[in-house]
Amino acid sequence: MAGLNKNTRKIPVRFGYLINTALFAALLLGGTKVIGSGAVSMYHTKVILLCGINIILALSLNLATGFLGQLPLGHAGFMALGAYSSAIFMRNVTILPPEALFPFGILIGGLMAAFIGFLIGIPALRLKGDYLAIITLGFGEIIRVVLLNIDDVLGFKLTYGAASLKNIPKTTNFFNTFLCVAITCFVIYTYIKSRHGRATLAVRDNEIAAEACGISTTYYKTLGFTVSAFFAGVAGALYAGYLGVLSPSSFGFMKSIEILVTVVLGGMGSMAGSVISATVLTALPEVLRAFSEYRMIAYSLLLVIVMIFKPTGLMGNYDFSLSTLIGRFNGNASKKFEKEGGKHE
Amino acid sequence: MNGLQTGSVYALIALGYSMVYGIILLLNFAHGDIIMVGAYTAWLFMVNFGQTPVLAVIAAVAACTVLGVVIEKVAYTPLRQAPRLSLLITAIGISFLLENLAQLVFGAGARPVPRIFDMPSVSVGSVSLSGTAIVTLLVSVVAMILLNLLIKKSKMGKAMRAVSEDTGTAQLMGISLNKTITFTFAVGSALAGIGSVLYCAAYPQASPTMGSMLGLKAFVAAVLGGIGSIPGAMIGGFCIGLAEAGATALGLSVWKDAMVFAILIIVLIVKPTGILGRNLQEKV
Repeated sequence: MAGLNKNTRKIPVRFGYLINTALFAALLLGGTKVIGSGAVSMYHTKVILLCGINIILALSLNLATGFLGQLPLGHAGFMALGAYSSAIFMRNVTILPPEALFPFGILIGGLMAAFIGFLIGIPALRLKGDYLAIITLGFGEIIRVVLLNIDDVLGFKLTYGAASLKNIPKTTNFFNTFLCVAITCFVIYTYIKSRHGRATLAVRDNEIAAEACGISTTYYKTLGFTVSAFFAGVAGALYAGYLGVLSPSSFGFMKSIEILVTVVLGGMGSMAGSVISATVLTALPEVLRAFSEYRMIAYSLLLVIVMIFKPTGLMGNYDFSLSTLIGRFNGNASKKFEKEGGKHE
Repeated sequence: MNGLQTGSVYALIALGYSMVYGIILLLNFAHGDIIMVGAYTAWLFMVNFGQTPVLAVIAAVAACTVLGVVIEKVAYTPLRQAPRLSLLITAIGISFLLENLAQLVFGAGARPVPRIFDMPSVSVGSVSLSGTAIVTLLVSVVAMILLNLLIKKSKMGKAMRAVSEDTGTAQLMGISLNKTITFTFAVGSALAGIGSVLYCAAYPQASPTMGSMLGLKAFVAAVLGGIGSIPGAMIGGFCIGLAEAGATALGLSVWKDAMVFAILIIVLIVKPTGILGRNLQEKV
């Protein structure tokens, strides 16, 4: 392996992992320290946390839209499921301090969303394109309506319906948000680069051909959809801990579209694009507060214009890699790089 | 009876979905918002310009038709060759653009629309029918019959059927693709305009988001009846309307929306082609 790496003059894979891990650890610890020291105001911290949550949402939807080639419009529903199940868990379990319980809360939120996503995915993914879009939209709306009305019907005191679920421990901080973002990136990246990921891409590019090559399209579609729902649930759990109050109306169709805009703008199939556009689209409205009433108009116009002039999104399917970047700076850009990323330059 | 009234509105809107889907395989998300624009036009003409209801109705239908054609020309024509996913996302974008523009121009609150049809109610036996319901039913039935004639008998209708059957061959036979598609959008949007007026007669208010739910339900109706089929859209519309009325009568009105989507999901799982749909096999 070492010889091969030398031949292609590429940064060794293991070294690349090392760089990424070191950088990740430095950012995580440094960021936690800076924010903990009070150098960043409350307001800016909140914006950063929201960026993190939106990045996870965008990445998870990108897995379903960009890599799997489906168009689910009920992503906010999964987020709501994650948020509510985590919030209910955090409110009712008090054996440990909330900070210690939060990882479990996040996990429960993710698993709940993944489970429902799996149940929805099996029938929904038999359909294609528009039908899939509309059926997931339907499921998203059903989740919202159920969350809104379940207390009245079954007599529980779980979601509190339109009165909103209050007093959720505010446990989301920079450390766990950043960790979740990193884990999401890592899992989705390795998934896409794995054998399963290649099968997923094949399903996106040509379903019939993929099936003819012996790829079980239903399996990969359901798998991708479930993973996507899982991370939406994680983002929801973080959102619950970030806001402290949940109401079903914040997880409507509008929210799903916002996530979709983020993904489309960043480029369907580009993780770096999703990260960048999620950050920009979260931070920009904060900067341009004065124009907030035009925000949704700008969003929708942007969506149409991007679709007409550059249907692949701003970043296309170009993905950013630290190793190749360093390789380039060293002046030994490998052949592989030219083949893969070079044409996008 | 209420169910039949809303059902016929759904049916009219579902026809627009069905026609557009049949011809370019696009789920026109903006269709619901065209209805919203129609409702606002009617409101504008009656309240602000003080015109008669008849003029308002004509204006609403005209505005919808023009808007439908403009949307098709500006947003969908450049994407004729693009993957269907981009087309769908564009449609969603247009839909949101219209909604938010309306919100900016008219404000987020609902505007009350004055009575459009002033009719006495008629009682048949023990059942009392409101005049509006009768007009709604009559108008929609007449519109559907006319549409059926248009598609079955006229030259343009023939062209539309040909294009939806096989776009490439239709072009080879000298049918202008652009003209046919534009015409389809015009007819579909005009139907949406009629639907908007009838909807306003039943629920007399206009709000920026009224179109999205209405459009979605109409789409469910189109799928239920079998997309691409005109009698199917009518049947689907009436089914959805009656189901909703039934749910309300049973005291389950908060679950109404969830129920419509549940119907959709069941239909899609059991018989994705709908009641009267054709079965299309995808080929390589």
